[in-house]
Amino acid sequence: MEPTNIKDPEYYHKVVDCQYACPAHTPVPEYIRLIAAGKYTEAYMINWESNVFPGVLGRTCDRPCEPACRRGRVEEEPVAICRLKRVAADHKSDVKDLMPIIPTEKNGKRIALIGGGPASLTVARDLAPLGYSIDLYDNQQKGGGMMRSQIPSFRLPDAVLDEEVGFVLNMGIETHFNTYVKSLKEIIDQKYDAVFIGTGAPKGKDLSDLPGRKEAGANVHIGIEWLASVAFEHTNKIGKKVIVLGGGNTAMDCCRTSRRLGGAEVKVVVRSPFTEMRASEWEKEDAIHEDIPIIDCHVPQSFVVENGKLIGMNFDKVHAVYDENGKRKLVSTAEAPVFIEADDVLIAIGQENTFPWIERDLGLAFDEYGMPVVDKNTFQSTNEKVFFGGDAALGPKNVITAVAQGHQAAISIDLFCNQQSLNDRPSPYVNLVSQKMGIHEWSYDSDVVTDNRYVVPQVNKDIALKDRKVEVELGFDGLHGYKEAKRCLNCDVQTVFTENKCIECDACVDICPTACITFTFNEQDENTLRQKLNIPALNLSQDLLVSAKLPTQKVMIKDEDVCLHCGLCAERCPTSAWDMQKFFYKTNKAGSQCQ
Amino acid sequence: MTYIKPKFRHPALPKNDLGYTKTVYEGSLSTLCAGCGHDSISAAIVQSCYELALEPHRIAKLSGIGCSSKTPAYFLSQSHGFNSVHGRMPSVATGASLANKDLIYFGVSGDGDTASIGMGQFVHVVRRNLNMVYIVMNNGCYGLTKGQDSATADEGSKSKAGSVNLFHAIDLPSLALELGATFVAQSFSGDKAQLIPLIKAAINHPGFALINVISPCVTFNNNPGSTKAYDYVREHIEATATVDFIPLQEEISADYAAGSSKNIEMHDGSSLVLNKLATNWNPQDRMSAMNAMQQAKLDGEILTGLIYIEPETTDLHSLIQTSDTPLNTLDESLLCPGAAALEALNEEFR
Repeated sequence: MEPTNIKDPEYYHKVVDCQYACPAHTPVPEYIRLIAAGKYTEAYMINWESNVFPGVLGRTCDRPCEPACRRGRVEEEPVAICRLKRVAADHKSDVKDLMPIIPTEKNGKRIALIGGGPASLTVARDLAPLGYSIDLYDNQQKGGGMMRSQIPSFRLPDAVLDEEVGFVLNMGIETHFNTYVKSLKEIIDQKYDAVFIGTGAPKGKDLSDLPGRKEAGANVHIGIEWLASVAFEHTNKIGKKVIVLGGGNTAMDCCRTSRRLGGAEVKVVVRSPFTEMRASEWEKEDAIHEDIPIIDCHVPQSFVVENGKLIGMNFDKVHAVYDENGKRKLVSTAEAPVFIEADDVLIAIGQENTFPWIERDLGLAFDEYGMPVVDKNTFQSTNEKVFFGGDAALGPKNVITAVAQGHQAAISIDLFCNQQSLNDRPSPYVNLVSQKMGIHEWSYDSDVVTDNRYVVPQVNKDIALKDRKVEVELGFDGLHGYKEAKRCLNCDVQTVFTENKCIECDACVDICPTACITFTFNEQDENTLRQKLNIPALNLSQDLLVSAKLPTQKVMIKDEDVCLHCGLCAERCPTSAWDMQKFFYKTNKAGSQCQ
Repeated sequence: MTYIKPKFRHPALPKNDLGYTKTVYEGSLSTLCAGCGHDSISAAIVQSCYELALEPHRIAKLSGIGCSSKTPAYFLSQSHGFNSVHGRMPSVATGASLANKDLIYFGVSGDGDTASIGMGQFVHVVRRNLNMVYIVMNNGCYGLTKGQDSATADEGSKSKAGSVNLFHAIDLPSLALELGATFVAQSFSGDKAQLIPLIKAAINHPGFALINVISPCVTFNNNPGSTKAYDYVREHIEATATVDFIPLQEEISADYAAGSSKNIEMHDGSSLVLNKLATNWNPQDRMSAMNAMQQAKLDGEILTGLIYIEPETTDLHSLIQTSDTPLNTLDESLLCPGAAALEALNEEFR
C-alpha cells in the first residue's frame, strides 16, 4: 500500500467516527471534553456553531454518531453523545453575548426562506451575520417547523425550542408567520436574490383504500396532523382505546401522546417484525415503558364500523420471508383475521413531500416521483435562484440532516449572490497540534475509564402520564454528565507517526493495549496486508495508517479500528516518532471562503 | 498522566489452547525508559508463554538487581516471582528448582548482574546444568547508575559521554560454551521473529539454556560509536540460521531447500527447524559453535540465533538423583520419617 497521506484532512476526520458520521460534522470529542471540564457554555457554543439546535438535538436527535462511536467496538455501549449535548444545553450560562454580531448595514441582498423549520433557520443563522436581509414565511404561528408540530412536549419542552429558534429569529429575520405560501411565483416576483425552500415533508400517508376508512372518518387521524393539532392545542383528548399504525418514531410519539390525552389502552400495530421497525431502539423502549404493547407482523385489513362508529380494526397476521438477496416479503399466515378494539386510530405510516404551491413553469424541474431536481452538493434546483434543504430537498430524513443541508445551501446562496462558482466550495477549517506536556502528561485525560454507559434518569411514570408537557427525561446532572463524558475515548487526539524519527524499537507495539500497531513488510494488496497484521484488520470501514519505508525496509501499519487513543504508544516512544496531536475539523461555512 | 494500562483489549484477540488470551500473560506497566530493549524482551516472553499455552502458575520468574531484573514485574503477573539479591539469582533458582522441579524456571539477569557481581554464581549454574532458562538482557552498560561501561562492553566502544572502553569484553555465550552449557543462543531485542522461537526452544530444553539478548539502552548506550546501539547492532548482525520452533503436536509444514536446513528433534518430540544455515557451523557440535563465535568476533559481526544445542542432556536433578516429587507435596511421614529412619541412615555411614 502507498503511505497514508495524512495531509489530507479527511484521513483524520474519518478516525473521529462520531464527527464523521454526524451529517453536520459536529466536533463531538471537543465538546465532550469541555463538558468534563465543566465548561458547559463553551461546549454549547461549539455545538451551536455546528448544529444550531443543541438543546433540541440533545433530546431528539437520531444520533447517527452513537452507532459509529468507537467505544461501541471495544465494549458494549457507545458514549451517550446525544444526552451529553443536552448537558451542555441545560447547564450553560447566558450565551446572548456570544451570538454573532449582526451588521446594521446590510449587504443589499434579499433572501426568502419558505418554511420555518431547522433547514430554513440554519440558512438564516448562516446568512444573517453576513449582512443578508432575510424574510421567513411559515404557515404555523411560531417558528420551528416539525420540531414544534411533530415532536411532543414531553420529549422537547417549548421553552427549549423557543430559546433556540429565538437565537436565530433575533438576528433581525423578518418573519411572516401564519402565512401559507400559495405560489412560488409570487415570491420570486418580489425580486429576491435567492429563495430557499425548507418546507419539509408535510403530508402524512393515509390508508384511503382500506375498507371502512371512509365510514370510520372522524375517529381516524393522520399521525403528524394529529400531533400538530395537539401541539397547537386544538386537540386535548382521545378515546380510551387507541390503535397506532406504523413502526417509526412518529408512531412512537403518537402512542405516547395518546397515553397522556386519555388513551388507557394504547397499542402500536406494525406490519414488520419488531426488530426491523424504523423507530429508534430507545424510542421503542420508552413506549413499552409506558405500558404500550407493540404488536408486530400485523397488516391492517379493514376498519370495523358498527352503527356508524369505529369499533376497531381487523389485521392479517403475517411472517417475514427473505429471498436470497435478503429482500423481505410479508407472507400471510392464513389465520383468521385478528380483531383489535379501538375508539380512535392514528395512522403514522410515513410522510411525503408535496409541492402543490410550486408552479411547474418556473424552470424548476421535478423528477418522476414529484421531487424537485436538486444538486446533492450545492442544493441548487434547476432554477438557479431557488435552493432546497431539509426533507423538502432529498426526502424525509431527520433534523440533523436538515441542518447539514441548510449549511451547504447557505454556502451556495452566498457564493451565488457573490457571482462565484457554486462548485468552488470553501475548505473546512483544520488544525493538528501536539498535546504533549511532559513524559507522562498530555493536555487531555488520556486514561481510559471502564464505566458502563450511564442511564438518563426519568420522571416518575404516573406524573409523566398526567401531563403531556412534563418532560420525561430529566437529563444528566453535573456529576453524571462528567462521568459519562469521561467515557469518551478522545478519538480526535490523533496518533501521528513520523517515519524519520522511528528507530524500530517495537516499544509502541509492545505497549499498545489493543494491538493496533504492526511493523511488517509492505504488500501491494490492501487485503493481504490487512490479514498480515498482528491481529487481522477485518473492519474494512476503518482505515490503515501506513508509513513510508523504514530503515529495515519494513513499514509501520496502524489499524485505526479499536485504537483507544490512550497515548501509550507516544509515551513509550523514545524518539517522539509517535505523538498525540489534537485534530480539529470544522466544516466549511458560508462566508469562510476568500472573497 | 498514564501509569495504568487501559483494561480494554482488541475484541478479536485470539486464544491459545488453554483458552487464554495474551492478556493473561501480561504484567504491569513498565517503568523502564521509553524504548528500552528490555521491554521488547518482556513482550517476547509474554508471546512465547502464550503461544506455548503454559499455565502461568507453573512458571517461576527469578531475577537479581538492575534494569533487567525489574522486568519480571512487567510480564507474567500471575506467575511466581522472586526478585533476589544482586548477582545471586542462580542460587535462588537452584534452591527453588531443587524444592520443586515441576515448575518452569525463568531467570532474568543483566550484564552487570551476570558478568560482574554475579559471575561466580553464573559459571556454577551453567556447570551444574540446572534446568532453567537464563536470559541476559545485555546492554553493555550500567543503565541504573547512569550508564558506566559494564563487563560486556566491547573494547573500543564509545560511551554516551565520549570515553572509549579500554577493556576486553566478557563474551557470555562463548564462556557458557566453554563451561559445558547445553543450550546457547544469542539474539537481539529488536528481532522478535528470532527471539520468540529461541525462548520457546529454551523453555523446552531439559537443561540449562542461555539466551544472551543484546538489548540497547536507549538512554545511555544508543549513541554513535557504541557497539550496543540499535543502529550498530542492525548493521552488524548475522544469524546462524532462521529458527522455527515446532511443538510436538504440529506437523512441520515449511518446505526448505535441501542442504540449507536442519531439523533438530528435542527431547519431548517437538522440534527446531533451522533454515539457511551458516557455513561451517553445526549447532550440535560444540567445537564448531565455538569456532563460529570466534570467527564472527574476528569479522566484527554479532552472531545471533541458536549457537549450540545438546537436545539429550542430563540436568542437575538427574545427576544428583533428587526426589521426583516436589517437596511441598511430600507428606509429613516422608519428610519426617522419624528416629528409626535417622538411626538407619546414620548406621550406613558407620
